[in-house]
Formats: sequence, structure tokens, C-alpha cells
Amino acid sequence: MFRGAHGGCKAAARCDAAAVSAAAKEPKARAEASAPALDVRDVSIAFGGMKAVDAMSLVVEAGELLGLIGPNGAGKSTLFNLVAGVLRPDAGTVRLAGHDVGREDASRRIGRGLARTFQIPRPFGGMSVLENMLVAPGGQVGEGLLANFLRSREVARQERQAVERARELLEFLQLSKLAGEDARILSGGQRKLLELGRALMSEPQVLLLDEPAAGVNPALLDFIIERIAEINRSGITVLLIEHNMEMVARLCPRVMVMAAGRRLAEGRTEEITRDPRVVEAYLGGAPA
Amino acid sequence: MSPQAIVDGLVAGSMIGLGAIGVTLTYSILRFANFAHGEFIAWGAYFALALVSVLGIGMEPLGPFSFGWLLPLAAIVAAVLAGGLAILLDRLLFSSFRARGSATIIMVIASFGASMALRALLEFVFTSKPVYFTRELQIAVRFGGGLRATPDQILMLATTVVLVVAIHLLLTRTAIGRQMRAVSENPVLARVAGVDVGKVVRTVWFLGGALAAAAGVMAGLLVQIRPYMGFDLLLPLFAAAILGGIGSVPGAILGGIVVGLCEALAVQTIGAEWRAAAAFAVLTAVLVLRPQGLFGKARR
Repeated sequence: MFRGAHGGCKAAARCDAAAVSAAAKEPKARAEASAPALDVRDVSIAFGGMKAVDAMSLVVEAGELLGLIGPNGAGKSTLFNLVAGVLRPDAGTVRLAGHDVGREDASRRIGRGLARTFQIPRPFGGMSVLENMLVAPGGQVGEGLLANFLRSREVARQERQAVERARELLEFLQLSKLAGEDARILSGGQRKLLELGRALMSEPQVLLLDEPAAGVNPALLDFIIERIAEINRSGITVLLIEHNMEMVARLCPRVMVMAAGRRLAEGRTEEITRDPRVVEAYLGGAPA
Repeated sequence: MSPQAIVDGLVAGSMIGLGAIGVTLTYSILRFANFAHGEFIAWGAYFALALVSVLGIGMEPLGPFSFGWLLPLAAIVAAVLAGGLAILLDRLLFSSFRARGSATIIMVIASFGASMALRALLEFVFTSKPVYFTRELQIAVRFGGGLRATPDQILMLATTVVLVVAIHLLLTRTAIGRQMRAVSENPVLARVAGVDVGKVVRTVWFLGGALAAAAGVMAGLLVQIRPYMGFDLLLPLFAAAILGGIGSVPGAILGGIVVGLCEALAVQTIGAEWRAAAAFAVLTAVLVLRPQGLFGKARR
């Protein structure tokens, strides 16, 4: 099914840049151009005495595409949850474009231009693909109960805009044909794409991607890599957790390696993947 | 058997259905059976009654109806107040249990306690003596085939249709509706996807309380106003919500009508004392044949 949609890629290409760059149209972060898009400093969290993330620091400059790699259990996803606001750190600070967001919950951080995807994508199965995209564009008048009755014209206008944007993004992700279907029928790879689309709906400045390649068939993988590059080119800062080294090598000029909750190494991708410490910790001694 | 049972059943079913919408929404979003929901019905009726009695104007019957122009306005204010009461109850009671991650059974028992407290408060303020919005007599309109309905009953059916269509459109066509469905499907995911879950929860309580008040005013107009009026409707409300499928607004109203019709037919054919039993026989049959309810989606 997806290969069929792939054929329409060329026709869709023209709207690609437009669809994504709309997201970076008004980068709220620009005002503080000097501050990094994401600045995590000395963040720690322990679960029952086990330090999952231990004094971890990480800086992602605006417009950068940083890879975060490390063996299973290194604390990558926990770090993501700390940045996204799902977990609160025991110590340390998280800054988004200079703002300390350490005390804000996940939905507030989304308002500040942060979006994320999940390792295991979980769409709202009983809602259509299009509705999934529209769950949280944020700041819609129609989110207020009374507004739907009192300001119905404005609500309808915003709704049209949100639907239009959702359709553009679905086109960009080649999910247009499935817009009306229940999200539960999507394949694993398509769910990843929908997740990416939903994250883009909130017009983020910083996008956290948690293993977008995991469980995706190779044909679709190329497409996902290409789309992530396109998203980054449109000006969105990306932090990518990934096990797929090919993907990291193709996408990320710079990577950071985590092991046992700490930073193990950081640097240019080709150098890092040859670093003996990284090979030992991450690849279990096997040649890269 | 007189076909009049159909009209009676439809009208009673509308009231039950309006109340059941609140039950089904709170259940699907907060995952617990709120046994205090019936009290919103009674409080809604008493709010409207208090307004009408205090203002004491606009009581002259309006056209063919048994009530004056003040009552519909009072009903709207009562709906807003009952919605506010529901939000207040959540803030004072249920939100703290949610924050602590309490077990569902604790929430259910707490709602039982809230139900008793709210009812006792009504008895304290208004006494348990039945009261009426109006004592006017009404001439029923004949529809042929032995069917008759009073203008009040016809208005109530029409109001129910309008309210149900409005709620259905709200849930399916608006941003807040989508967010409600998203929270109902997966609250954790909805939160991280950027949905303000607190606002969704308040909206659900408000809607449930307001619709219950509408049902309460209808019940007060058709029968009488008593502190126990909501509590007595509680089991039919749950039957309707389960029958329609938890989370489904059209299901709740259809479930309400099925329960209302069963009760009315049982009164006509078997006897009034079997009224509740008939509704529950249908409920049991549905649970055996289609456990997810008429409109519910099977949980995987």
C-alpha cells in the first residue's frame, strides 16, 4: 500500500518544503538567537536508587540535527522524557531557547515549541488519521466549550486552517490516502509517519525523535530519513535517538553517546563511531 | 395494551438518556462510575425551582405549555449552575483521588458518599416534600391511533433531539470534542500530545452536570421535584449508558429510550412493580449478547 503511495512522491514534492517550513515560519526562539535551542545541564533522575540519568548535559544549537546514541538501558529515552516534561529531574535544569522549563508540564512545553515522537508509536486507534493529526494543534478557539457556540465563525475558520495544514503534512508524509481511515489499521512504519506528522502539527522549533527507524521496513526507512532531513532543512532543530547507525550516519553531523546514564563521548559522527570506548559500550566490541 | 406507552416511554427515555450522556462521558474519560451523577439531576431541578420561586415572575402559562417564560430561562441558568457544581465536586473530591492515583473502587465509594451528602443537603434546605413547577392542567394533543402527548412532552422530545445533536456535533466536529475523545482513548498519550487534560476533565464535568440539570427540569415538569428524584433515576441511567456503549453519546440516548420504553411497556403489560425489572432484563440480555453495548467498540 505504501509503495503505491510512494509513486506519487514527485507530484507531492512541491508542497514538501512549504508544508514543513510553515512550521518554522515564526520561530519564537529567534528572539534569543544566542541561546541554544535546547540546553540540558547536569540533569539527574533516579528510580528506586538506580541512577537512570546521571548528571547528563547536552546542548543542541538552533537548526542543528544532533544524534543521541547508546546501548539499551543507557537512559536515552529517560532523558527524552525529562526534556519533554513527562518526568521531572531530581536535579539539573532544562532550558528551551533560554527559558527554564524544568517546572512546566508536557503540554506547556509543547506550547513553547517542543514536540516529540515515541519509540513505540501509539496513535488514537479509534480516531481517523486526519483526526489524530488534529488532536492538539494548540491554541484553537474551539478548544473552549462555549466558544464553539459563541464564536462559531472564528472556530470554523481555525478548524479549516488546521485541517488544511494537516492535509498538507499528510501529503508530505504520503499518508493522504489514509486520511479518513481509523488509525488502528496503520502499519508500524505508517504509525511512525503519523506520529511525525502529529508532532509537526504543533509547529515545533525543537523536535525530539525517539527511534524513528525502529521496526520500519527498509523501503520506508529511506523515505523517513529523507523526510527528517527535509524537516531539519526547514529550520526545525532535531534531537534524534537512534539505534540504526546508517540512519545516524546519514542524518547527523554530530552525535552524543550515552552509556549507563552518563555522557560517554561526543563529536563528529564518523570519529565517534570509530572511538574504541564507543565501540566497546555501544556495539559490544563488534566492528562498526 | 395502549400505544400510549410508546409516548410515555419516549419521554421518560429522553430524560434518562440526557442523564446517561453525563454518566457515559465521565466514565469514558475518568474511568469510574460516578454514583453522584443522579444528584446533579435533582440539584438542577431545585436550582431552577429556586430561581422561579425567588423571582416569581413570568409564571403565566406560555401558549399551550404548562409553564411561563421564566422556566426555560431558569433551566438554562440551572444547567450552568449544575455544571459548576459538578466541576466543584471534582475539584473538592475526585481530583485529589486522581492525583494520588487511587483505585477506581475508592472513587466509586467516594461518589456514593458525595451522593448522600448532596441529597441530604437538598433535604435540609428544601425538605423532602415533593414540589412542582406548575399545577396547570394540560390538554393532550391527539395523534391518532390512540397516541396522545401533552405540549410539554412534545417540547421535551424536541429539546432532547436538539441537545443530543449539539453534543454529538461538539464531540465529532470541534477541537474540544476531539480532545475529549483523545483523552478517553488514551489519557497519557493525550497529555504528551499536548492536550490540556485538566481542561478536558472540567469540560466533561460541566457538560454532564448541565445535561443532568436539563433532565432534572424535565423530570420536575413531568412528575415532581423531590430530593430523591436523581437517586431513583440512577440505575436506569447506568443501564442506559451501558446499553448504549460506554463513551457513546448517541448510544446513551438510544439506551435511555430503550430503557424508558421497556419500563413503560412493563407498566402497561405486567404491572408497575415490574418496571425496573423489565429494563434490567433488557440490560442483562445486551450484556450477554453484546457486552460492549449497542454503539461501544470492543476493547482489544
